[in-house]
Amino acid sequence: MGLTSQSTGRSTTREIFNIKRNNNEPVIALAGNPNTGKSTLFNALTGLRQHTGNWPGKTVLRAEGSFIHNGRRYTLIDLPGTYSLLANSADEEVARDFICFAKPDATVVVVDATCLERNLNLVLQVMEITSKVIVCVNLIDEARRKKLRVDADKLSKKLGVPVITTAARSGEGLPRLMDVISDVVWGRLTPKPKLVRYTGEVEEAIARLEPKVRAAVGDGINARWVALRLLDGDTKLVQAMEKFLSEKEIVRVAQEVLA
Amino acid sequence: MNNTVSLGCLTNGSFALVTELVAEGLTRRRLLDLGLVPGTKVEVIRRSPVGDPIAFGIRGAVIALRKEVANKVLVNPL
Ligand SMILES: Nc1nc2c(ncn2[C@@H]2O[C@H](COP(=O)(O)OP(=O)(O)OP(=O)(O)O)[C@@H](O)[C@H]2O)c(=O)[nH]1
Ligand SMILES: [Mg+2]
Repeated sequence: MGLTSQSTGRSTTREIFNIKRNNNEPVIALAGNPNTGKSTLFNALTGLRQHTGNWPGKTVLRAEGSFIHNGRRYTLIDLPGTYSLLANSADEEVARDFICFAKPDATVVVVDATCLERNLNLVLQVMEITSKVIVCVNLIDEARRKKLRVDADKLSKKLGVPVITTAARSGEGLPRLMDVISDVVWGRLTPKPKLVRYTGEVEEAIARLEPKVRAAVGDGINARWVALRLLDGDTKLVQAMEKFLSEKEIVRVAQEVLA
Repeated sequence: MNNTVSLGCLTNGSFALVTELVAEGLTRRRLLDLGLVPGTKVEVIRRSPVGDPIAFGIRGAVIALRKEVANKVLVNPL
């Protein structure tokens, strides 16, 4: 328990995910709905410094690359496009496991400026797992063409996390995005996600469960989110925790709740 | 005003508003995550040659659902 198992737990998890990194390079994940321009953004940021690889035990392809910003190298992971992180499909499981267990130093959620509303569901879900979230409102050129205006400042205030507008295909907004990524990674900027508050009954159940979860898994994984998922009867998350966390206590807690 | 039908029954090219989901568990969750909350406008875009799955326009994305799943979405045709 405590610090040691946490820190080793984290690095072994990253090894399980097969990330090749040198000198503790920060790891940045790109998440988002299908077709929002993640791969375009990935290619624009990494140039030719990329390769595709396989997730362990899965046939889902993912791309890993790196970019250099202000003399520092960052590893970038292009996650599969999903509408949700609740693991109803292999793609969702891959994205969730990565954000949850590989614990990227920042997660950029790429959203489509022309249909923001549908994309914000995933943003809220990612914010429930990690606070190190940056929202990248991509396809801003398309939005402009359709005479849609996105008020990034207002969205940022509502969500509590930085919001950057980009057009990945032309490179618009990318320097600013990299600045904000590095600000979040190095702690110059601390996102404070405004989380969804559920009904009184659900919040009470979370409040009862959260300390038990925290006692079982420490800070290895977001306890509020695990509590929520357990209340939702998510047995797949328990299986994933068995696989990725060395801590077995959580399995007992989970079985108790699910029973 | 009570002309609620299930989404899988609508013809191509028609529009409807979601009124209720009659699914539970993972299927319900999946439908919600696709944006099918009550009040959402859905377009029936086309069917595969055998009539299943069906492609719907939901909040700016084209999404294919098996007929069986689509029928768990109750709607008011527009
Ligand atoms: N106009 C415009 N088109 C873009 C932009 N970014 C991406 N695209 C286009 O959008 C389409 C989808 O881009 P991808 O990068 O493949 O999207 P993705 O998010 O990786 O898609 P999945 O991996 O399937 O989830 C491609 O045709 C891109 O050229 C942008 O900022 N502006
Ligand atoms: Mg892609």
